[in-house]
Amino acid sequence: MAKLSLRRVRKRFGEHEVCKGIDLDVAEGEMVCLIGASGSGKSTLLRCMNLLEPIDDGVIWLDGTDISEPGLDPQPVRQQIGIVFQSYNLFPHMTAAENVMLAPRRVRRLSREELRPRVAKLFSRFGLGDRMEHYPDQLSGGQQQRVAIIRALAMEPQIMLFDEITSALDPELVGEVLDVLRDLRKQGMTMVLATHEMGFARELADKICFLDAGRILEQGPPDVLFASPREPRTKAFLSRVL
Amino acid sequence: MSETPLRNNPVEHPASTPTRREVYEAGVRRRSNRIALISTVSVLLAIVVLVPLAPGWEAVQRAFFNGRVFAATFPGLLEAFFLNVMIFAWSAPLIAISGLAIALCRDTRAPALFPLRLFGIAYTDIFRGLPVVLVIYIVGFGIPGLGLPRPWNSPYIWGTLALVLVYSAYVAEVIRSGIDSIHQSQRSAAASLGLSDQDTMRFVVLPQAIRNVVPANMNLFIALQKDVALLSFIGPVEIFRQAGVYKSLYANFTPYVGAALIFLALTIPATRYADYLMNKQNRARS
Repeated sequence: MAKLSLRRVRKRFGEHEVCKGIDLDVAEGEMVCLIGASGSGKSTLLRCMNLLEPIDDGVIWLDGTDISEPGLDPQPVRQQIGIVFQSYNLFPHMTAAENVMLAPRRVRRLSREELRPRVAKLFSRFGLGDRMEHYPDQLSGGQQQRVAIIRALAMEPQIMLFDEITSALDPELVGEVLDVLRDLRKQGMTMVLATHEMGFARELADKICFLDAGRILEQGPPDVLFASPREPRTKAFLSRVL
Repeated sequence: MSETPLRNNPVEHPASTPTRREVYEAGVRRRSNRIALISTVSVLLAIVVLVPLAPGWEAVQRAFFNGRVFAATFPGLLEAFFLNVMIFAWSAPLIAISGLAIALCRDTRAPALFPLRLFGIAYTDIFRGLPVVLVIYIVGFGIPGLGLPRPWNSPYIWGTLALVLVYSAYVAEVIRSGIDSIHQSQRSAAASLGLSDQDTMRFVVLPQAIRNVVPANMNLFIALQKDVALLSFIGPVEIFRQAGVYKSLYANFTPYVGAALIFLALTIPATRYADYLMNKQNRARS
């Protein structure tokens, strides 16, 4: 059984339908990459998966439980599905460590003393051991994005969603963030990424989904999809970005 | 190495000698400073020379700028001003608290709390729509008229309450604009971590919102300091009323000028400080 399953998922903003019936399965420990042009619905699809956006139609199952039922309390679901955003969205008035500890403190009711050692371990694991007491504006983009990843991981989610997390970074900082994803991949984290990093997707993904105008036009393992795409639109997109 | 001067090569230029650009800009700066100085001095000179030529100047000087009356009344005015400071000191925290509470009322989204939201909207609309002095009259004369026992019939208490009522509405609107200024992505980030709406407001939105509106609220509190003088209409002998008493006593307007100076001594530094904070914030944002 898939860890996360989507069937016929539809989402519209006003007149504009962004997701036009998406079917997707993410298996435990799998890394799925969503590729496609800007506006093809990648970000919206990710935001639907952890219920930041309520879907208009269709079903989403997490471990076989329907989490898309209207009226369901989204908070427990969001604790199991972490998301990292393109623009980091750190809380600017808190230190890096406070950013990370806020949700575990308030939601899991853990004390700072209990959290400290675990958080410190996460920071040093991602090369930020000496940045815990810094404020976000004292950190580089790459460091901020790594803090944002740690913040999501601190809730110990079962699935991590990444919404173009390297798109706002200077090219020389992209590598340090991708290294974090490699590390997570090795740990067996289930991940869904919206990304423009084709090389990275090709190297690490189990499955690539090409989104076009709100639909998954084509999906498959990276070597198949990148080497011999079936659809002309996929071909055209790949020839533009590769 | 060649002996050619490097004047035209900006990269090789040592930091100690100014570049052509810096020399030019320094010249422009000197020139505009000179012009500003000359024009200011000539305007001041014109005032000092021309105003005393006006036919009523002698009378005005006697009535408003009388040194003897000033010296006699200034200590009494300062003492009366202490009451203004007291009224300000205990109304300001109340205004901050109730302004925040009303702003939060207006921001509630839960249907069960709709009455609160309605209250918040009605409250800010009503009290921002009324002249302060009218509220002071209605509350300050109306409530003691209920025949409450001492000390609860004091216009000092109810007049201050009137100020709190009016200024809370303004502070609430300023705080609400601060809440609105926090980008939706901050709420998304908090929600994605599983934080409740209340925790998101308390730990993520409000701390940033309140910091953003400190300068705007400073301006409101400066205005409040001045509006404390309106309480004089219903009784408390604060500085404005005390100046009126002295005016009648000496048949001279100088006490009002004294009172004005005392107000300015407090409000000008406060205004400068608020501007400084505002500029700092604008710089930080750009």
